[in-house]
Amino acid sequence: MPEAASRVLSQPAVAPLLSVKNLQAWYGESHVLHGINFDVAPGEVVTLLGRNGAGKTTTLRSIIGILRKRTGSISFDGKETIRLPARHIARLGIGYVPEERGIFSSLSVAENLVLPPVVKPGGMTQEQIYTLFPNIKERLSSQGTKLSGGEQQMLSIARILRTGANLLLLDEPTEGLAPVIVEQIGRTIARLKQDGFTIVLVEQNFRFAATVADRHYVVEQGRVIDMIRNDELDANIDKLHGYLGV
Amino acid sequence: MFELLGVSPQVLFGQLLLGLINGSFYAVLSLGLAIIFGLLNIINFAHGAQYMMGAFVAWMLLQYAGIGYWWALLIAPVLVGVTGIVIERLFLSRLQNVDHLYGLLLTFGLALIIQGVFRNQYGVSGLPYGIPPELAGGRNLGFMFLPNYRAWVVLAALVACIATWLVIERTRLGAYLRAATENAPLVGAFGINVPLLVTVTYGFGVALAAFAGVLAAPIYAVNPNMGADLIIVVFAVVVIGGMGSILGSIITGFSLGLIEGLTKVFYPEASSTVIFVIMILVLLVKPAGLFGRAA
Repeated sequence: MPEAASRVLSQPAVAPLLSVKNLQAWYGESHVLHGINFDVAPGEVVTLLGRNGAGKTTTLRSIIGILRKRTGSISFDGKETIRLPARHIARLGIGYVPEERGIFSSLSVAENLVLPPVVKPGGMTQEQIYTLFPNIKERLSSQGTKLSGGEQQMLSIARILRTGANLLLLDEPTEGLAPVIVEQIGRTIARLKQDGFTIVLVEQNFRFAATVADRHYVVEQGRVIDMIRNDELDANIDKLHGYLGV
Repeated sequence: MFELLGVSPQVLFGQLLLGLINGSFYAVLSLGLAIIFGLLNIINFAHGAQYMMGAFVAWMLLQYAGIGYWWALLIAPVLVGVTGIVIERLFLSRLQNVDHLYGLLLTFGLALIIQGVFRNQYGVSGLPYGIPPELAGGRNLGFMFLPNYRAWVVLAALVACIATWLVIERTRLGAYLRAATENAPLVGAFGINVPLLVTVTYGFGVALAAFAGVLAAPIYAVNPNMGADLIIVVFAVVVIGGMGSILGSIITGFSLGLIEGLTKVFYPEASSTVIFVIMILVLLVKPAGLFGRAA
């Protein structure tokens, strides 16, 4: 554990875009995060792996500010955000793709797509988004929740690419999707990484995570208990199986 | 002239017109309630008092400042809407994460206080407010006499309802509102100022009530109890249309006004209860309301 902690603190070498230190969070009276620590360098794709209920989703919800009852330090691009409300955090350039996609049923696909306001220059144009997700263009007038699960996931990612956010928080983007769609999501994440986006990805499917991530943080009972570089994954596979209970 | 089941067309269409006018008030008031409930999850029991305030502000503008009906139609909703914003900021914003019941109790208490203050100041006998000269008189349509002011009330209510519906359904602001109604924390996580949206929405809903109050002032005497009498029926309209359903409130408001009017013609004894009977039937068959979505 001390070895893991020191490795966590020593990564990455460059100044981190996102730095989370001793993050604690509560749902009502229930203490769910007990000191999450991790850093993400600009342009990196980092995953949070762990069993159900380990605190991965709660970590993302704390970073974006949906979960208000939290302490510790969350620094984005050098700015402390722990006391800011969600709307201010988003406007710093953090885009959030929630678990179960968060597509609004009362909005059309087009309305869902343009709902999040542009927070920074440099976001994708709608044409660039249609190139990346051609299915969306064909379904613009449909009700958002009439799309297939995969299309909803793409819409959920697409709508934050417009905003100019440079850090994307993706919560289980492959959950419940067919393998062919999972592959498509993987290609999309790889493309976003190529384009310079920094991504924090919550995943249970570590095989998928291994295809897109640079590093993996293992979360257990509200704490980060280990960090594994993707190129060391094979050597640590038994340990990871143990963490994930596979 | 033809007769329908022994009822002359003058009586029939006269009652239908009255029904349509009542329906206009039901529609505008239930629209405001639906918008407030949709976004704030608050059953705004002060809505009737805010409708009454609209009528009183119009009367005060005329009495103390010499400002007539047309300006009052603009100024009273703004002034009463601002009081709504103050109420939202001071009280309702603190009830966001608690049971609906607290909001209902708070607004019920506010309604009693507001009505009490006006009753204490102006009594309950009612104050007259004249029809603007431009809308005085009426026209004979052959089968009925149509007072100009009543035609204007129906038209103004219809325009207010359609304009509100268009803003909600066709604008970016409306999209924010609809999305926040579904999942406010996520909308906030996109960088949208949801607390401001909530405040403005409550203010707008209250302003709609005040607008209805100004429209009502020349028809009914301006009276501290005018809202209390109406609000129970309006709540029934909202339940029938579907809590939070914008289109449901508009269509149901006008339709129930007409049904009430028809009941007055054919079975007057039931005219004051017909809306509640319909409400019970709808709740039994479709608990989410005719246009509401099941939770």
